[in-house]
Amino acid sequence: MSYIAILLTFIFINNFILVQFLGLCPFIGVSKNSENAIGMGVSVTFVTTVASVVTWAVYYFLLVPFNLQYLQTLTFILVIASLVQLLEMVIQKVSPALYKALGIYLPLITTNCAVLGIAIINISNNYNVMEAFTAGLAAGLGFTLAIVLMSNIRERLDLQPVRRAYRGMPIAFISAGLMALAFMAFDKSLITNLHLV
Amino acid sequence: MKANLKEFTKGIFKENPVFVIVLGLCPTLGVSSQVSNAIGMSAGVLFVLLFSNIFISALRKVIPASIHIPAYIVIIASLVTIIEMVMHAFVPAVYSALGVYLPLIVVNCIILGRAEAFASRNTVLDSILDALGMSIGFALGITLIALIRELFGSGTITLFPVGTFSGVINIPWFINNPIRVLALAPGALLLMGFLKAFFDWNTLRKKDR
Repeated sequence: MSYIAILLTFIFINNFILVQFLGLCPFIGVSKNSENAIGMGVSVTFVTTVASVVTWAVYYFLLVPFNLQYLQTLTFILVIASLVQLLEMVIQKVSPALYKALGIYLPLITTNCAVLGIAIINISNNYNVMEAFTAGLAAGLGFTLAIVLMSNIRERLDLQPVRRAYRGMPIAFISAGLMALAFMAFDKSLITNLHLV
Repeated sequence: MKANLKEFTKGIFKENPVFVIVLGLCPTLGVSSQVSNAIGMSAGVLFVLLFSNIFISALRKVIPASIHIPAYIVIIASLVTIIEMVMHAFVPAVYSALGVYLPLIVVNCIILGRAEAFASRNTVLDSILDALGMSIGFALGITLIALIRELFGSGTITLFPVGTFSGVINIPWFINNPIRVLALAPGALLLMGFLKAFFDWNTLRKKDR
């Protein structure tokens, strides 16, 4: 698959949130205003991209030579947890301004399904390191797109008269469902029609 | 004994992980297109949650507070690896249907949440009851969603094949009039929204009285 096809697949066709339901907890939890949503989106994109490359390297240079593929889940979650911690320290040191903006989101990302999800998907799709990098970046961008759109919808919803039982989470799920319906317009034929295979 | 029983029943209704606390959403929506997948996922969560609660409550005085989260994650990830291998060996069809969602039990908020909020400060017996209650609550939630989605979305109910029974029950009328959107991804989100609204409405109604 070409890199553009991977980008389109993970941003639109298999959008992590709206199609695969990976990373739903922060999607519902941190989408109340657009500023937080952008912060969360950028942090997740950063971590999925770096984690894709690092877990790919760990899998092919550490687990495969020793025939330890069955330890994939255990190693990946530990690698991701340490990576997030490390990133937090590096950002704090290198760019205090960026740390101030993203700092509160980083610890939440360890247990975000999207990060472990993309690491596992990269391996099961047999991607090479550049493809894994692209997929990680695209998954993060897809997540950002969905969470930013959602936060804008929710900001408007706050001003609308919503029935009491629907306030908060139920209306958020229904809005997400309608958004997912719109995303159904993107399917595999997009890639074949653009001659990207 | 009565107090112990409360630890068991709270997870089923009052603190139902799917509809009240809203935890572990990814698998709830991701694998709820067929009843058999929902049951497989429930079994996985039951196994991991039960044993993680047992180990963590048994080791709660041994694990140093400063590294408790990594320690819990290692215990949970090992259990997930075990259930992955067991399912791969004995129920390969369920294993491939669950796909990426099976290893993702590691980051399921229900498991780490119960470890942190309950098992780390209660006895082994209470933790077992808590795990059983929460797992049954999760199983009821995800199976209800799967049942509605499959029955109305495709007009079938898929269980496990036994002998000559293929595992798929076709429901007359529904099979010819499926509401396709429920079987697709948006249907899961819409249904979750309406069910959550129903449960919230029920809670609000009780509060008003």
